[in-house]
Amino acid sequence: MLNEWHMGSLLLQLIYNGLVEGAILALTGLGATLVWGIQRVANFAHGDYMTLGAYVAFLLDVTWSTNPVVAAIGTVVATAALAVGLHFILLRPLRGRGLVALSLITVGLGLVLRNALFLVAGSQPRQYAFNQTAVIDLGFVRVAPAELWTGIAAITAVPAVAAMLAWTPLGKTMRAVADNRDLAEISGIDTDGIGLYVWIVAGALAGLGGAMLALVQGTFDPNLGFNVLFLILTVVVLGGIGNAFGALLGGLVLGVVMEVSTWPPFFGGVPTQYQPVVGFVVLILLLMFRPQGILGRARVL
Amino acid sequence: MPVSYAEGGAAIVSDTILSVSDVRARYGDEHILKGVSIDVPRGSIVALLGPNGSGKSTLLKAIYGLNVKRSGTILFRPQGREAVDLLRLKPHEVTAHGVNLVPQLANIFPDLSVYENLEIGSIGDRKRTVERIERVVGVLPLLRHLLRRRAATLSGGQRQTLGIARALMSEPELLILDEPSAGLAPNIVDGVFAQVQEINRRGVSLLIVEQKARQCLAIAHYGYVLDQGRNQIDGPSARLLEDPEMIRLYLGARRRQPESH
Ligand SMILES: Nc1ncnc2c1ncn2[C@@H]1O[C@H](COP(=O)(O)OP(=O)(O)O)[C@@H](O)[C@H]1O
Ligand SMILES: [Mg+2]
Repeated sequence: MLNEWHMGSLLLQLIYNGLVEGAILALTGLGATLVWGIQRVANFAHGDYMTLGAYVAFLLDVTWSTNPVVAAIGTVVATAALAVGLHFILLRPLRGRGLVALSLITVGLGLVLRNALFLVAGSQPRQYAFNQTAVIDLGFVRVAPAELWTGIAAITAVPAVAAMLAWTPLGKTMRAVADNRDLAEISGIDTDGIGLYVWIVAGALAGLGGAMLALVQGTFDPNLGFNVLFLILTVVVLGGIGNAFGALLGGLVLGVVMEVSTWPPFFGGVPTQYQPVVGFVVLILLLMFRPQGILGRARVL
Repeated sequence: MPVSYAEGGAAIVSDTILSVSDVRARYGDEHILKGVSIDVPRGSIVALLGPNGSGKSTLLKAIYGLNVKRSGTILFRPQGREAVDLLRLKPHEVTAHGVNLVPQLANIFPDLSVYENLEIGSIGDRKRTVERIERVVGVLPLLRHLLRRRAATLSGGQRQTLGIARALMSEPELLILDEPSAGLAPNIVDGVFAQVQEINRRGVSLLIVEQKARQCLAIAHYGYVLDQGRNQIDGPSARLLEDPEMIRLYLGARRRQPESH
């Protein structure tokens, strides 16, 4: 009895964690899928944009002791600016060189960003100024203050982003360009100029996701985002490349599946360090049975 | 003489809305158009005919500046003081000047709803979106009950209608259609040609590429035939329909018409 009760509450806890991690993957995966679908770049530096966000948040939270909301806003602004800057300096001048060439360039870009962080911030693990031992009882789950903050960020950011995509002119425009670029241009949209906004959205969400991921993990180093790059790209494919709502859904699903797979009644529970393998299995199954992604459609040419 | 054999440099007739002269176009090193000239008189329907691969779609892309290198002269409203040189514009700017295009394939946004497809169509003047949707749905009423549907779920005929509706949302003076009847069932094809006539009756000039040459000439005022990237025959459609050369080379037997995909 006690064990069953314990297992039930553990499951709730895992679902909560999964939703928070899923929100991180959803937000970062959304940015990556828009960049891929609209800018025609598979951005292998996306994880490193996240890491940069985590360090900016660290600077604001620990070094300058601002409050968490100010730190979050500062982080989002900083990574959006970074993404836009790199768009204009590096990626836009190289547009038209093809998906593979541009994507390979972002591999190099990620390497440079990562090593710059090692150089400037060092390799020692960092953590934010949250009390890591305190526990807040929410009734159905018990969470640490950091988990509460990431939960709040997830609950506000994911619906806000979904609403932006569904109802604002910018959201509809971005979805249209990702869906059919030539027709968007014919319809009167400056599809070249839209790149600025795509990178603002992708950069901002990468920064937010990076700070959230650092909070969830407790400590982080310059490899923070690079370690989840594979999962982000998985989310892009899961949702259907360029499909914004698909990425949001794909991220949430992947986050929950990976967490719940560690639940002991599920085949004894997958050891935590093998969680990415679960992500990999999900990806393979999807590619076998639904190669166009969860919400994607079969594309004829 | 029933038909003129224009070989570049067609004179600009009075009140022309689009004047294309001696246009060459290529994809990389592949030269497709080797000096094509056409005029679209304001308020008319002009048919652009010719066998598969003759360069009709390429000419439309050249007019719009889509994915093709082009040279020559392409003027929109050529007589007015504000003649617009389309060679200097990006495609979205061409649309802003009062042109729109329905490509042959991929002419809708499948992931968007029908309503959103129409909204994107009037992105240049969002304040008037609702009013324009009302007007466009008045012209193409079969869309009225489909507005909430995801465009990917529409049938072929519905898609074609949505493609045209999306283009009408910018209230173009000139509408360019690339094979609007391709791949549609015969009874639906009649509907598409009827839609084209209705749009023309409301004052929109039309340039239409078609494989169903007879049917298209039946509603068009004037026709051009392209072959191998050059003008071949052109003239008023009534004359083209009776011209023996035209019938022998491009209209074929009465009952069998070339299909294209
Ligand atoms: N994007 C492209 N790249 C290279 N060649 C092309 C491209 N599009 C069309 N072509 C070639 O240009 C020629 C004319 O094509 P097109 O203009 O589509 O003909 P039509 O519309 O009259 O059937 C064809 O030989 C075709 O293979
Ligand atoms: Mg064609």
